[in-house]
Amino acid sequence: MSTNKLDQLYRSVIMDHYKNPRNKGVLSDNNVTIDMNNPTCGDVIHLTLQVEDGVVQDAKFEGEGCSISMASASMMTQLVKGKKTEDAVQYAHLFSDMMLGKDVDDSVDLGDIEALSGVAKFPARIKCATLAWKALEKGVGNESEA
Amino acid sequence: MLSKEIRNYFPILDQEINGHPLVYLDSAATSQKPQQVIDALTKYYAEDNSNVHRGVHSLGNRATEGYENAREKAREFINAKSTQEIIFMRGATTALNTVAQSYGRANVGEGDEIVITYMEHHSNIIPWQQLAKEKGAVLKYIDLEEDGTLSLDKVRETVTDRTKIVSVMYVSNVLGTMNPIQEIAEIAHANGSVMVVDGAQAAPHLKLDVQKLDCDFLAFSGHKMCGPTGIGVLYGKKELLNQMEPIEFGGEMIDFVGLYDSTWKELPWKFEGGTPIIAGAIGLGAAIDFLREVGLDKIERHEHELAGLAMERMSEIEGLTIYGPHDPKKRAGIVTFNLEGVHPHDLATVLDMNGIAVRAGHHCAQPLMKWLDVSATARASFYLYNTEDDVDRLVEGLRMAKEYFQ
Repeated sequence: MSTNKLDQLYRSVIMDHYKNPRNKGVLSDNNVTIDMNNPTCGDVIHLTLQVEDGVVQDAKFEGEGCSISMASASMMTQLVKGKKTEDAVQYAHLFSDMMLGKDVDDSVDLGDIEALSGVAKFPARIKCATLAWKALEKGVGNESEA
Repeated sequence: MLSKEIRNYFPILDQEINGHPLVYLDSAATSQKPQQVIDALTKYYAEDNSNVHRGVHSLGNRATEGYENAREKAREFINAKSTQEIIFMRGATTALNTVAQSYGRANVGEGDEIVITYMEHHSNIIPWQQLAKEKGAVLKYIDLEEDGTLSLDKVRETVTDRTKIVSVMYVSNVLGTMNPIQEIAEIAHANGSVMVVDGAQAAPHLKLDVQKLDCDFLAFSGHKMCGPTGIGVLYGKKELLNQMEPIEFGGEMIDFVGLYDSTWKELPWKFEGGTPIIAGAIGLGAAIDFLREVGLDKIERHEHELAGLAMERMSEIEGLTIYGPHDPKKRAGIVTFNLEGVHPHDLATVLDMNGIAVRAGHHCAQPLMKWLDVSATARASFYLYNTEDDVDRLVEGLRMAKEYFQ
């Protein structure tokens, strides 16, 4: 069979993040730690953040899961580093909209995460992509309330 | 092997998925339904629908007859002594929860033991965890052998005279292992314990005989054996069921209702509170007729052959690990595996793009996944409608996935 439809999902930038994950590991000087799992499939993420003055100074993740979930985590950490916590939350919402197939504000620079837009066409895999973002939202959401 | 013609009974199989003829290898999650079962449901709703056990009118009689005939079919299917021992429920999960909440609560006390195994499905773990927590009882696990089988020596080591309940799955939904239930039941009984069997993966595939197994309770679901969803059976020995209290109260299950006290109907109805699952039971009866027509022994042999073939061809793929017993005779038609470098979800997506349906994840057996030291696996499960061509398509799909992710 042709791999055309698969290529819509597994774009090369996704495979690159999967095979060479950015920000993999645990931050020793973290002040926010989030553990999340996807109970339907067994994917797990351990996200550590260093948040100071309302800014995500650093982010690292560890976890186990499929290419989509791990690539998404890698892209997420790359994107939020240096962002204000409220902007990070905004990105999480925007990502969620993207997974629902909604049009997203194209003035926002999505960077690599744009490559994940194809996941919206694979309903069974949306949860894989959103795990890291849910962890982020929980982490910085709590932080901005604190 | 069974004839390919069997496929024609299953209308759903005649379709394309993502441009390829459907290969359905997820029957351990739920089986497909033959036309006979679909027709039985339609006929019931189109011609006989009515409530049971109460109406004086003709439709009520027809519905009652259909419902109670299905009970007789289920009795015969597992060779129970009496239809009083056949209780219709939503499925194996509800049946196991009923045993835990009714028999368990009345018979398990502080310091008593409940024994299960590492390979259990969540539905045969959590009801016992809850019971153990409530009663201060001890939940013990029988460890597995390296090939994912149970050794009777370890069963003997784990079961003691403090054990009140031993509950084991007949066939593993992950490893495919067929467990020696009859022998385990002997050990349980010798220690004064009851034997509970989760038969969810056994009922579709092997001839069940509760008298030969001498189990005290057996649970199974209709939807895994060509029947509809939402119907299953709790079998229990009459003398035990008679002692047990219902856990659901309301219509249908009562004898006399007073202002402050009530009495229950006799077996099996005292456990069937509310309007029963009439259409479901009739559909299950049709599924049992179908399976008996084909022959459970033939189905079992067919699955052994397909699983054996799949294991043989799959092990030629480099980096592919198959979990569970390597001797196909020790397992049912379930092949759980991982392919190095390809996560099971990715694998399932690639296969789906090729029209092949497999399951990926933890298969509702997280303790077993821990024991296997994996976070997830892929599973291909075979049933009577699968063919050698399906095995070829699977292997071809796996090779493609491997290449794609390289």
